[in-house]
Amino acid sequence: MLNTYAVVGLFAVVAFTFPFITLLMARMLRPRKPNPLKNSTYECGMETIGDTWVQFRAQYYLFALIFVLFDIELIFLFPWAVAYNRLGLFALVEMALFIGMLALALVYAWRKGILEWQ
Amino acid sequence: MTLLDPRVLGEWWNTFLRSGGLSEGWVIFINAVVVTLILMGFGLTSVLIIIWAERKIAGRVQDRLGPNRVGPYGLLQSVADALKLMTKEDITPERAERITYNLAPGLAVFAVLMLLVVIPFGPGLIAADLNIGVLYVVAMGSFGIMAALMAGWASNNKYALLGGFRTVAQLLSYEIPMVLSMSVPVLFAGTMSLHKLVEMQANFRWFGLIMPTAFLIYLISALAENERTPFDLLEAESEIVAGYHIEYSGLKFAWFFLAFFLNTLLLSAIAVTLFLGGWQGPFVDKVPLLGVLYFFLKTVLIVFVFMWVRATFPRLRIDQMMALAWKVLVPMALALVLLAATAVKLPWPPLARDVFLFFSNIVMLFVALGAIGRHLRQEAERFSGRQKWATSSSTTS
Repeated sequence: MLNTYAVVGLFAVVAFTFPFITLLMARMLRPRKPNPLKNSTYECGMETIGDTWVQFRAQYYLFALIFVLFDIELIFLFPWAVAYNRLGLFALVEMALFIGMLALALVYAWRKGILEWQ
Repeated sequence: MTLLDPRVLGEWWNTFLRSGGLSEGWVIFINAVVVTLILMGFGLTSVLIIIWAERKIAGRVQDRLGPNRVGPYGLLQSVADALKLMTKEDITPERAERITYNLAPGLAVFAVLMLLVVIPFGPGLIAADLNIGVLYVVAMGSFGIMAALMAGWASNNKYALLGGFRTVAQLLSYEIPMVLSMSVPVLFAGTMSLHKLVEMQANFRWFGLIMPTAFLIYLISALAENERTPFDLLEAESEIVAGYHIEYSGLKFAWFFLAFFLNTLLLSAIAVTLFLGGWQGPFVDKVPLLGVLYFFLKTVLIVFVFMWVRATFPRLRIDQMMALAWKVLVPMALALVLLAATAVKLPWPPLARDVFLFFSNIVMLFVALGAIGRHLRQEAERFSGRQKWATSSSTTS
């Protein structure tokens, strides 16, 4: 147990530091001559108008909401799938009910037109 | 022949270390260091080869030569590109949010590299055989989404922000069918450990052969998760320039590309592990090292399919992309999970069950294709009806 997670832990440290260390090392190779024009926002040569962080479409939010719904379902689905062979018939019935309820939610969202991208 | 077995070699290596009088903690640490070095080396070299292969294959498909100047067959082209990117100036736009902006490329690389740990390359050749392997893969995939959103938000650029939003919409939508289809092999095998999943697929009982539709759903969602061409709306060059990595230059830009190409390899490797039997194949129980060959052959095949698709298909529209995820793939994947669960519980011989599952999968695939085709025909009719109305009204007025 410790053996396997030791590898994951060490690899995580190396994998996270590697990109930043190489970035620091490449400092010796790359030029550094900033000027205001170079550091301005690149929007295809047009001058940037206004702020970027404005209100955005609510549509993305609706999709994120349905995603959360299904993501939680998946969290329940995996333990069920692992233990499935050891469980009785009730496991099938219960999961069928659970998935059926979520499918109903998806149908409701569909009928409400949330899934149409305008 | 036993010397060719990685498990025997591993035992031999451990006894060698212990015979030097090292304590158990040191043995674990040294092993972790060796494994980390091997995996990092493998990951970084494979990216150079994949980039070369992608450009070469895309070139051949489009009747070009592809890279052919640096080294034999242009093999060193990616090395030259990497060196060039290292010597380029690193620009941080003035209006960008500095910390998030600089953290994002590193996080993207981190998320993809971490997947290397749980890939079973051959019998016994797995860095960490986690008992939650499949869930670990899903979790690391979410880190990649975060990195893309961070890059898009922190750049303070309207194109980058649009790319970031599209990333969230697309990657979140396709994560659901992908994870649902990944739960089908877990259901059959009763374990989430990737190594045990491969062991369960001996004698050509590959889960992708039993459930071809689940495999197809995984492949389509993997294309979308990898931001590959039919689904590359989030970095569509002709619409939003480059999406979330528009402002990045030099090595940080290279990190996003490293993450992208390594992700292609690792998503294919996971597809092979879950659905195509991983390192299973004829004679593997006698010569275990053959398993490594089988694993890489299958992975390269899937990677080639990904590149072929990229060189061939046009880009989807955003409403088509979202509709495909939520109206086709998610209901199909839900039905597949229920189908597999029902078939496992019914009392019949395994072979009959597998044949039944295979044919019901094919039937489901054709039903779905028929539904998509009918919808597209209706849409085309509506469109041509509108066209006729428009032309007739313009002539009368």
